[in-house]
Amino acid sequence: MMAQGPAGFVEALGGRVNAMVARLGFASRFFWVVLKTSGTSFRRIPLTVREIYFAGVLSLIIIVVSGLFVGMVLGLQGYDTLVRYGSAEALGTLVALSLTRELGPVVAALLFASRAGSAITAEIGLMKTTEQLSAMEMMAVDPIARIVGPRFWGGVISMPLLAALFTAVGIFGGYLIGVVLIGLDEGSFWSQMQGSVDLHDDVVNGLIKAFVFGVAVTWIAVFEGYDAVPTAEGVSRATTRTVVTSALAILALDFVLTAFMFRGV
Amino acid sequence: MSPAPLVELIDVTFAYDDDRPVLSGVSLRVPRGKVVAIMGGSGSGKTTILRLIGGALRASGGDVRVFGTSLNDVGTSELYRLRRSMGMLFQFGALFTDLTVFDNVAFPMRERTKLPEPIIRQLVLMKLHAVGLRGAAELMPQQLSGGMARRVALARGVALDPQLMMYDEPFTGLDPISLAVTGQLIRQLNDALGTSSIVVTHDVHESLQIVDYVYFVSEGRIVAEGTPDEVRSSAIPFVHQFVHAEADGPVRFHYPARDYRQDLLAGQ
Repeated sequence: MMAQGPAGFVEALGGRVNAMVARLGFASRFFWVVLKTSGTSFRRIPLTVREIYFAGVLSLIIIVVSGLFVGMVLGLQGYDTLVRYGSAEALGTLVALSLTRELGPVVAALLFASRAGSAITAEIGLMKTTEQLSAMEMMAVDPIARIVGPRFWGGVISMPLLAALFTAVGIFGGYLIGVVLIGLDEGSFWSQMQGSVDLHDDVVNGLIKAFVFGVAVTWIAVFEGYDAVPTAEGVSRATTRTVVTSALAILALDFVLTAFMFRGV
Repeated sequence: MSPAPLVELIDVTFAYDDDRPVLSGVSLRVPRGKVVAIMGGSGSGKTTILRLIGGALRASGGDVRVFGTSLNDVGTSELYRLRRSMGMLFQFGALFTDLTVFDNVAFPMRERTKLPEPIIRQLVLMKLHAVGLRGAAELMPQQLSGGMARRVALARGVALDPQLMMYDEPFTGLDPISLAVTGQLIRQLNDALGTSSIVVTHDVHESLQIVDYVYFVSEGRIVAEGTPDEVRSSAIPFVHQFVHAEADGPVRFHYPARDYRQDLLAGQ
């Protein structure tokens, strides 16, 4: 019997925390099993390539279009602020640094979670609902190695590439606004950018962020799909949880990674 | 003494939680080459029996023996080795929706054997021909009717010539023609391949025509067993109600509830 009043509240809170910790533990064990059985994903490259196509190539349109608009908005807003201080030619630097360090990895990861993460969860969840995973187990084929592994690695490989593309297209969007539309000097736009963007501090760190987000999002996506309650409602809830949890994880991880990477800069 | 059965359950109990047992004291035998039906109403525990035999669940008590090996403390790799000799037809086929009919049937061969692709092609076409769907090889599962999907799943189930075939509700949701075809195929494949089969079903009339022996399960217990003829003439109330599809009998029409009159007046 549940206690009433403050004690009941504490009890309910404790129960929830307990359940969350247990689920995190379960997800971590699942993650370990996925890593342990990853041999299949690399021995049978076509399986992983297929998932790179579904998670990566099919996300290209949304990544390119969003990247272009984010870059163009950065161009407009950046110019508006910089011109007040008479340093409009620093626009290239502003656009490139914002994109490589933050917006590229973070926004690309958020888009990736909603486009590819949700699709992975829904697909694995539906395979579970329609007993395809059980059928595979009965054929003595491990569904974690055959189904989950290639999807996980497909996502992990795609994510940094998508983030890099997002950044590149975004910089092009900033160029369109700054140089083509507003008429800033093309030479100073590019040379200032080149002078201030560091390969290790900015580009590599941005890619590391994208890789970490890729691991987090695909891990959440495959786990939610595999753990989904095998009903229509269960899969729908799992898909929603993938997007929400991924978004929170991306933003929280971004803070932690930024704190470590850009301390002295 | 008859030869050792292919599958044997000895006094098996199973429960997801301690106070609500799904199965209690179930014992049954599946002899080699025979088709055995496990019948019972929905929620009686018959699919659980199939999952125990397939090793998807572990018995809480008693012993489940498959091919002479006890599944009680068998490891994952040994379980997978045993499963290579098993085939299973799931209730709605469970075909892989991203693969064609051909690739679905080829799936276990490509995953479990090192056969060259030309041999796999011939084997797949032979299996599909046996279920009458060689012409549908290039279709996707979404393009098949329920009965066709079930037949493709059947071809996939027997792809590696298993010693034991398990059917989970193979007749559910089929039209009369598909139903009869599926029933005949189960019998023919069993006899042609020298397989043993377990059919979990609540379809009395179709199954009694094709099986050799029947176990009736109710509330997690075997309540009756016998050959189809014995079952048809059985005087056991449960079997009589089940075979003759009577609405009320040992299996109550009404879910347990409080007094009808009191219930109606309670809201006044």
